[in-house]
Amino acid sequence: MSAWVTAAVQAVLVAAVAPLVIGLMRAVRARLEGRAGGRLAQPWRDLRKQLRKEPVIPADAGMFFTAAPVVLMATSVLVAGAAPYLSTAGPLPGVADLVVVVGLLLLGTVALALAGLDTGTAFGGMGASREMTIAALVEPTLLLAVFALSTRVGATDLGAIVAAGATDPARVFTPAGALAAAALAIATLAEAGRLPVDNPATHLELTMVHEAMVLEYAGRDLALVEWAASMRLTILLGLLANLFIPWGVASGAQPAALVLAAGVFVVKLAALGGLVAAGEVFVAKLRLFRVPELLAGSFVLGLLAVIASSVLA
Amino acid sequence: MDGGLSGQDPACGAGGRAGSRAAAAAALGAGLGGSVQVRHVDAGSCNGCEIEIGQAFGPVYDAERHGVRLVASPRHADVLTVTGPVTVNMAQPLRATYEAMPRPRLVVAVGDCARDCGVFAGGHGVLGPVGDVVPVDVRVPGCPPEPAAIVAALRGVSGR
Repeated sequence: MSAWVTAAVQAVLVAAVAPLVIGLMRAVRARLEGRAGGRLAQPWRDLRKQLRKEPVIPADAGMFFTAAPVVLMATSVLVAGAAPYLSTAGPLPGVADLVVVVGLLLLGTVALALAGLDTGTAFGGMGASREMTIAALVEPTLLLAVFALSTRVGATDLGAIVAAGATDPARVFTPAGALAAAALAIATLAEAGRLPVDNPATHLELTMVHEAMVLEYAGRDLALVEWAASMRLTILLGLLANLFIPWGVASGAQPAALVLAAGVFVVKLAALGGLVAAGEVFVAKLRLFRVPELLAGSFVLGLLAVIASSVLA
Repeated sequence: MDGGLSGQDPACGAGGRAGSRAAAAAALGAGLGGSVQVRHVDAGSCNGCEIEIGQAFGPVYDAERHGVRLVASPRHADVLTVTGPVTVNMAQPLRATYEAMPRPRLVVAVGDCARDCGVFAGGHGVLGPVGDVVPVDVRVPGCPPEPAAIVAALRGVSGR
């Protein structure tokens, strides 16, 4: 029972913090560009307003278009509740499994890509095909990078990996962990649609990936898509933080430990988000045909990490 | 389209009824709650106004700190900024953009040309001011208007 409470708290926390992470990243970016920038809570204001606006369904759109925001949001909430963010003892040990988490994230990606195709517009289809190209290269890297840790722990359960990392870091973290962290970081940026793979602030349709798929969404549907997209960024950054900096995560459901874990989690997220935003100021978006090279590089890093952690150690 | 010639409207000076619409826009702005997404359409402008709008979102005037953001799709937008006299060829795209926006939606006519065709009044291929094609809520005078005036108009809409 208490595990379910933990899961609910996690899901609510991730949902509440996700727009603020986006706001923080925009603020950091604006400051580094010499602008004043918007407020931290601006993405929340945007969501509140969009939730009050009427949704517009294009004439040619069908079931996939209307279902995608809900599927995207549902998978994000499920992962946010199950993955070890505040506590390593989740209510659904089967769902906190690495393969399931990556699969759920992929389900959301595919739902949105189908919605992009469903609108029948040129840009929707273009964005969908690009997103699928990137997803096909990113998902194996996500799996491999975490496998480097799970071979040491002997389980693919994310909660078990985080727990083992916190209690016995010498066993879990080998030099291969650094390779795995680099691979997972690149995969995170690509999966969340950040620079240098995708530019979330672009207005140029020809360079869009995520934005091109959501061009036709309006009002409430757009709010759901944007909210879920920001949650996916938080989910991935949170996984990166908790897998490689596992300290501060509660091992049970004691309220005091959960509050402490929530504080530590928010600090980790803010630090990682700020770091990503600061890095984005200095990089340009890669040409689309260069993206597979970057992702193949991260895949090789992940592969080396798995080999090194299972054979050499 | 019934041809370009009938589009040359000599009575290209209808710029009234701004006051009541501005008040209505301010009331609507309260509903937007400090968040405004802007879609821009150049309906036939000389691009002078576009440079000023670009400045309004640049580092100096930075409209983003007032909760105003440019977006890539009319479906995401609350406010449509339109510049220039509406040319015959741009009238239909302008209408289509307006129709694609979810309600509540506002139109801000930026510059003298958008108000009353400015120096292009009576020109070949000029259909009329923006108000003849889509309902205009706020007008920003000037040729071109200063970025500060554009930011002020958008702040009036966003309520911040």
